[in-house]
Amino acid sequence: MDELIFFINKVIISGTVIGSIYALGAVGVTLVFGILRFAHFAHGDMMTLGAFFTYSLVAILAAAGFSLPIPLGIALMPVAMALTSVAALGLDKGFYAPLRRKGAKPVTLLIASIGVTLMLQGVIRLFYGTSTRTFFESEPKDIFRIDMSWAGGTRPITITEPQAWMFGLVVVAVLALHFFLTRSRLGKGMRAMSDNPDLAQVSGINTALVVRVTWILAGALAAMAGTMLALDVSLKPDLAFNIILPIFAAAVVGGLGQTYGAIAGGFLVGFAETLAVFDWTVFLRPFRENLPEWLATAQGLSLVPTEYKLTVAFVILVIVLLVRPTGIFKGLST
Amino acid sequence: MTRRVLIAYLALAVLIVIIGMTRGVSTALLLTAISSIYALVALGLNIQFGYGGLFNLAIMGLLMIGGMTVSSISMPINWAFWNSDGPMLLGRAILAAGAGVLLILGVRNLWRIGIPRGVVTWLTVLAWLAGYVLYRTQIDPAASYIETQVQGGWVGGLGLPVYVGYAVAGALAGLAAWVIGKISLGLRSDYLAIATIGMSEIIRAFVKNMDWLTRGTLTVTPIPWPVPLPGAYQDGGVDIPTSFVYGQGGFVLVTLAILIVAVLLVERAYAGPWGRMMRAVRDNHIAASSMGKDVKARQIEIFVFGAVLMGIGGALLSSFNQLFDPGGYIPINHTFLIWVMVIVGGMGNSYGAVLGGFLVYLMWAMSEPVSAAIFAQVSRGTVALGWGPIPEIDARAAQMRVFVLGLVIWLSLRFAPKGLLPEVIRRHV
Repeated sequence: MDELIFFINKVIISGTVIGSIYALGAVGVTLVFGILRFAHFAHGDMMTLGAFFTYSLVAILAAAGFSLPIPLGIALMPVAMALTSVAALGLDKGFYAPLRRKGAKPVTLLIASIGVTLMLQGVIRLFYGTSTRTFFESEPKDIFRIDMSWAGGTRPITITEPQAWMFGLVVVAVLALHFFLTRSRLGKGMRAMSDNPDLAQVSGINTALVVRVTWILAGALAAMAGTMLALDVSLKPDLAFNIILPIFAAAVVGGLGQTYGAIAGGFLVGFAETLAVFDWTVFLRPFRENLPEWLATAQGLSLVPTEYKLTVAFVILVIVLLVRPTGIFKGLST
Repeated sequence: MTRRVLIAYLALAVLIVIIGMTRGVSTALLLTAISSIYALVALGLNIQFGYGGLFNLAIMGLLMIGGMTVSSISMPINWAFWNSDGPMLLGRAILAAGAGVLLILGVRNLWRIGIPRGVVTWLTVLAWLAGYVLYRTQIDPAASYIETQVQGGWVGGLGLPVYVGYAVAGALAGLAAWVIGKISLGLRSDYLAIATIGMSEIIRAFVKNMDWLTRGTLTVTPIPWPVPLPGAYQDGGVDIPTSFVYGQGGFVLVTLAILIVAVLLVERAYAGPWGRMMRAVRDNHIAASSMGKDVKARQIEIFVFGAVLMGIGGALLSSFNQLFDPGGYIPINHTFLIWVMVIVGGMGNSYGAVLGGFLVYLMWAMSEPVSAAIFAQVSRGTVALGWGPIPEIDARAAQMRVFVLGLVIWLSLRFAPKGLLPEVIRRHV
C-alpha cells in the first residue's frame, strides 16, 4: 500500500500539477496561434511577468502586515492576471500590431516574438535580479496530509495548499473558458475567426476586438500559470524560459489552434514527463523475496534518467509530428 | 549594389582598426577571430533561411555537435581507457544498439509474412521499447564504469590533427541536420521552429550528460589549434604581447580563409542553376514541385549544407577557445544572436550575412564593457542619492544586453526588414 501512496504522491499529484501548468500555458499559446496565426514565443516570459506581478503585490501587502486565511499569492492572483492582460495588450499594440499593419508574414511575427521574449527577459531581470525567491517567506506553506491508515498505508498522501488551490482553479478556468467559447458572442466570434479570418470579418465580427480579447485571455492565463508554478516550486527569472518548450510541445501535440487539444496535450506531456522519470523499483520492493537476484537488486529502474526529463516532451512531440503532423486534434497551419 | 557592399566592408575594416588602436591589436585580433567564426555560422543560417526559407532554431545544437566532435577527434588518446574494460563494455553497448535496430527493422517487415498491419504497428512500438531497454542495460554500466573507474573519466580523443576534427565536425553536423530534416522538414514554419528548438535541447541534454563521451560539465581542455599557439612563439624567444599577436593572427588567417572559400563557393552555387532552383522552391514550392523538383529532398539538401557550415563553425569556436564546455552553450548566445546577425545583415545575401556576423558580434562583445560602465555610473548616482549601490550589478548589466538584442531584432524587422545588404534578385531575360 505504501508503494501505491508513493506512486500517487510522485506521479498522480505532481503529474497533475505540472500538467495543469502546461495546459494553462498551452491554451494561451494556442489561442494566440488560432487568432493571429503565429507561434508566440514570448508567452513564457509573460508567465514570468505575471508571477512577478503577483510576487510584488504579495511583498507589498506582506510588508504592510496584511494576511488572509488563504495564501496571499492565490488571493492576489486575479489582480496580477489583470495587470498581465494589460501588459499583453501593450505588447501587441507596441510590437505586433505595427508589423501586422505592414502585412508581415507569420514568420516575421514569430521572429519578432523572439525579440519580445528577449526584451521581457532583460526587463524582468533588470528589476528583479537573478536570485530565486519564494512566496512563502512571511507565511507558512500549509501541507495537507491525508491519512491512509484505513487502507493499510503507513504514510499519508501529501498535498500542499497551493496545489489544492491549483486543482480547483484550473477546473474553474477550463470550465469558464469552455462556456466563454461556446456560449458567448465574443467567444463564438473568436472561434469563427480562428476557422476563417476573412469570412469572420465579412460576417460582421469585430476582428480588432477579437484580437484584443485574445491578448487579454492569453495574458490572464499566462499570469495564472506562472503564478501557480512559482507558488508550487519557487520564483526564478528564468522560470518560464525553461518551461516554454514543453508548453509548445503540448500545444503542438494537441494541435495548434485547438483549445481542448492544448489541454489534453498539456496533461499528456506533464504525465509523460513524471512517468518517464519515475523509479519503478518501488513496485518491486514487496516482491523482493520472490524475484531473481538481478531484478531484486536493480537500481533506478526509471524509463529515462532524470537529467533527460526535458527530452521527454520532445520525443512525444516528434512522434506525434511523425504520426499526425498537425497534432492529435487536427491543428491549423499557416 | 557592389558599391554598397564595398562601402559596408570598408566601414567594417575601419571599425576593426579603431578597436585595434584603442583596445590593443591583440583584442582586435581576438574579436576578429571569433566574429569571423560567427560570420561563418551566420552564412550557414543564411543558406537555410535566406535561400531555403527554412526556420532553424537548432543552431546551438549543431554548434555543440561541432565542438564535441573536434574535442573527440583532436584530443590526445586516453590510453587508460583503451587498456581498461571500457572498450569491451562499450562494444557490448554498440552490439546491443545494433541488435535493437535489427529487431525493430525485423518487426517492421513482419507484414511480409502475413501478419496484419495493425498488429505490426503495435509490435513495432514494443520492439522500440525492447530495443531501448536492451541498449540501456548495456550502456548504463559501461557509462558508470568509464566515468568512475577509468582515469580521466572519459574515452578520450583520437589524437588526430585538428583539421580532421573540423572536417568531421562539419560532416557530423550535416548528418544530425539530415536526421532533423527527415523528421521535421515538410512541416510548416511554426511547427518547424518548435521542432528544431526541441532537437537542439535534446542534443544539449545528451552532450551535457554523456560524461563518458564528452566529459560533460567537467569540460575538455586544451583543444589544439591548427596554427602555433602563442606559447610556441614565446618558447622561440618572442615577448608575450607580440606572441599573442602572432598566434591569434595565425588563427584569424585560418578562419578568414575558411570563410572566404565558403562565401565564394556559396555565391557561385547560388548564382547558378542550383540557386535558381532553390529560389523557386523557397518562393513557390507548389510551382517548383509541379516542375518536377523534389521539394522535400531539396530542402533537406539545403538544410544539411547550412548545418555543415554551422558544425565547422562550432568546431572552430571550441578550438579557438581551446575549451569545450557543454554548460557554456545557451540559446541566446548561440541561436538568437546568429538570427540577429542574419536579420541585420540581410536575408538571402551572403555578403550581408557575413557583414551582419561581424558587426553584431563586435557590438555584442563591445556592449559588455559599455553596459557595465553605464551601470557603474548609474550606481554611483544612486549612492550619491543615498539609495545605496545597485545590487547584483554585473548580472543586471548583462541582462541589459539581452534587452538591447531583443530590441535590435524588433527594430530591424520593423524598419529595415531587408537588412543592411538586401537580397539581389537577378532577372534572367
